[in-house]
Amino acid sequence: MSQAAAMHGAVEPAESPLTPESWGKLGMWIFLAGDAVGFGTLLAGYGAMRATSADWPSPYEVLGINLTALMTFLLICSSVTMVKALEWLGKGDKIRAQKFLFYTALGGAIFVSLQAYEWTHLIHRGLHINGNPWGASLFGTSFFLVTGFHGLHVTGGVLYLLSILRVVAKRPQPAASYNAVEIAGLYWHFVDLVWIMVFTFMYLL
Amino acid sequence: MATTEHKHPNYMAIFWYLAILTVVEIAVIYMPFGKFTIGVLLCALALGKAALVAMYFMHLKFETRTLGMVAITPLLIATLLVFVLLPDGFAVMKRTVGVKAATTEPAKH
Repeated sequence: MSQAAAMHGAVEPAESPLTPESWGKLGMWIFLAGDAVGFGTLLAGYGAMRATSADWPSPYEVLGINLTALMTFLLICSSVTMVKALEWLGKGDKIRAQKFLFYTALGGAIFVSLQAYEWTHLIHRGLHINGNPWGASLFGTSFFLVTGFHGLHVTGGVLYLLSILRVVAKRPQPAASYNAVEIAGLYWHFVDLVWIMVFTFMYLL
Repeated sequence: MATTEHKHPNYMAIFWYLAILTVVEIAVIYMPFGKFTIGVLLCALALGKAALVAMYFMHLKFETRTLGMVAITPLLIATLLVFVLLPDGFAVMKRTVGVKAATTEPAKH
């Protein structure tokens, strides 16, 4: 425990009540809960717009789901490499942990690239933020808003993972960066979890 | 600093569950079910996948119950929001039901 935390022990509990390992983890959980409300609102709003629309296009016919299914699979794989990185770090193998962290970031980067490719393709076919040839204009608006918001999260996640990769590389003791990697992992799995929802509600349903 | 390590569950098993559920999801939309049944099935599958990620990848299964409550709250709020938005949805649907039938008819050939 740090000296500062010990000094403040009298006025506030030194250990986080919900996550004894670190306050950072509790902080990340609370941030994610707030972020989840943001995504929840977007998806509920999407549902309301779609339900009240007279000419909402059929998403899987317009968007196509082959590429998106691949992207979903990729994100699930990157979640697995993330937990593997943490597992190796816990076993004290810094090199393997760094390798898996890099794979995770790479998976995220490929995901964003595929999304950029998908967007370009759809824009060429006429799907715009203010209109499209298939029906309700809000279809395009909500599509770009929700997938874009998620894509920004993935982009931020890739940068976050790369900075954590540096932390792991700089600290000589693997155990010293365990918490940082676990917290980054929480964010990354959350992004994966949100994509599972987005894929279901915006592409399949 | 005490680093209490979690017991690591079998991540590869979770990976296979997630991969299989994704394939099932895609298969479901081509099934000869009604729109409502497909919707319910897809929602259930998505929630199942999300639960697997949260419980095992995010280690929620090994955390305190209160942290689980923090995590589940957004889902409750979003679900509540759907019900808040429903009445308006039904009202508009009633008004546009004729329009909807007219616009979707020619598309189905």
